Amino acid sequence: MSVSEFKPSDVLPLTDSVPQAYARVYDEILTQLPEDLYIPPDALAVFLESFEGPLDLLLYLIRKQNLDILDIPVAEITRQYVSYIELMQELNIDLAAEYLLMAALLAEIKSRLLLPKPAQAQAEEDDPRAELIRRLQEYERFKQAAENLADLPQEGRDIFIAHAQAPVRDILPSEPFVGDFSLLLNAMRDVMQRAQLQQSHVVAEGGLTLEQRLQEVLARLKTGATIAFNELFTLQEGRIGVVVTFMAILELLKQQLIELVQEAVFTTIYVRQYGLGET
Amino acid sequence: MKLSTALIKNVIESAVFASPEPLTVDELLNLFADEEKPSRLQLQTLLKELQTEYATRPLEIVEIASGYRFQVRAKFSPWISKLWHDKPPKLSRAMLETLAIIAYRQPVTRAEIEAIRGVVVSTQIIKALFDREWIVVVGHREVPGRPALLATTREFLDAFSLKTLAELPPLAALRDLEAIDKELI
Repeated sequence: MSVSEFKPSDVLPLTDSVPQAYARVYDEILTQLPEDLYIPPDALAVFLESFEGPLDLLLYLIRKQNLDILDIPVAEITRQYVSYIELMQELNIDLAAEYLLMAALLAEIKSRLLLPKPAQAQAEEDDPRAELIRRLQEYERFKQAAENLADLPQEGRDIFIAHAQAPVRDILPSEPFVGDFSLLLNAMRDVMQRAQLQQSHVVAEGGLTLEQRLQEVLARLKTGATIAFNELFTLQEGRIGVVVTFMAILELLKQQLIELVQEAVFTTIYVRQYGLGET
Repeated sequence: MKLSTALIKNVIESAVFASPEPLTVDELLNLFADEEKPSRLQLQTLLKELQTEYATRPLEIVEIASGYRFQVRAKFSPWISKLWHDKPPKLSRAMLETLAIIAYRQPVTRAEIEAIRGVVVSTQIIKALFDREWIVVVGHREVPGRPALLATTREFLDAFSLKTLAELPPLAALRDLEAIDKELI
């Protein structure tokens, strides 16, 4: 039996069918259970799990007896609540502290209701139940909202997306670069030659550091982009710039932060983050 | 060159069908060259027409938060779901309640969720919601501890076939606190 099929009402008409002495005689709790009321401990665990906390358990107790949430008979509800808690403890169910806190809160509310109030303060002082009622109402709203949400059509459960399966169009081979290293050097030479044509434009010293270039190259590839080898070079930086960039690429390759791919010999070499092709 | 209405409609229909992701009106407009581009209004009208045409079919074109997509109507799920061996994990009540509070009260902190539910929000639930990309951290409340503010995402709306948060089922009205006080006295 799954949890969802399990109704709390199947298990425990506890306070209805158990004599009043039940909750008082602590030592005799289990022996006093009527013989026809068999509660397998596992079932009780499921029962408890079917509650989403003390507010939920309280709501259940209130609703079960058709009580108005705005006018809770605190003494009666407290008694029932505590008897549930005690039974759970008796069965060694590890209770969340929130359940015990709620029991204490109920006891406090009850005792405050019993206390005589000073005459003049009466008007200002709220009903001790007000805060609990507010919380119960607020919780009940969202309990309902959660149920509404569960009723909405859900992708993968009620709704299935329909679309054509796109053909696999791998623009780049996923195998890492395994070509002859001289290919890389050839590509490098091309870039160097082009840089030479522009060298006369270099006016000021670049002040380039390898460290800085490493970061720049990495940053450009961070987004998962695949960039053509040539595009990593800024020809205006001249030979120095090209060399620094090339060293940066080699260094990143060595550190396995990037990888090079080439579809076929003499085609463009692409640079991308290491390991992207494996996914 | 001006394209015929029928052709534009066919392009829209096939684009929405072929795209693995929902398509927005803008994305659909971008498929057309400048001189053949239909007006936004025309495109929306054509989408409406398509939706009507599909009314008798098991598939439907729906608009969700991310745009238009084709989907199988919900009533066919008992059969269609058998195409996949593993069922999507059922959403637990704890997860749904947490999600509901985030959806209706966003942005909220974890403490605020806990205050409403009366129990500690388990880390697994929050993590599961993040894993589904249904919630994100949209900022931090400027109070001690700077707790993260959680809000729902477009993926959340998509997953529940919603266009906007306004389409969420309305939250039950809370009876006025003053009225409650009066009743209590």
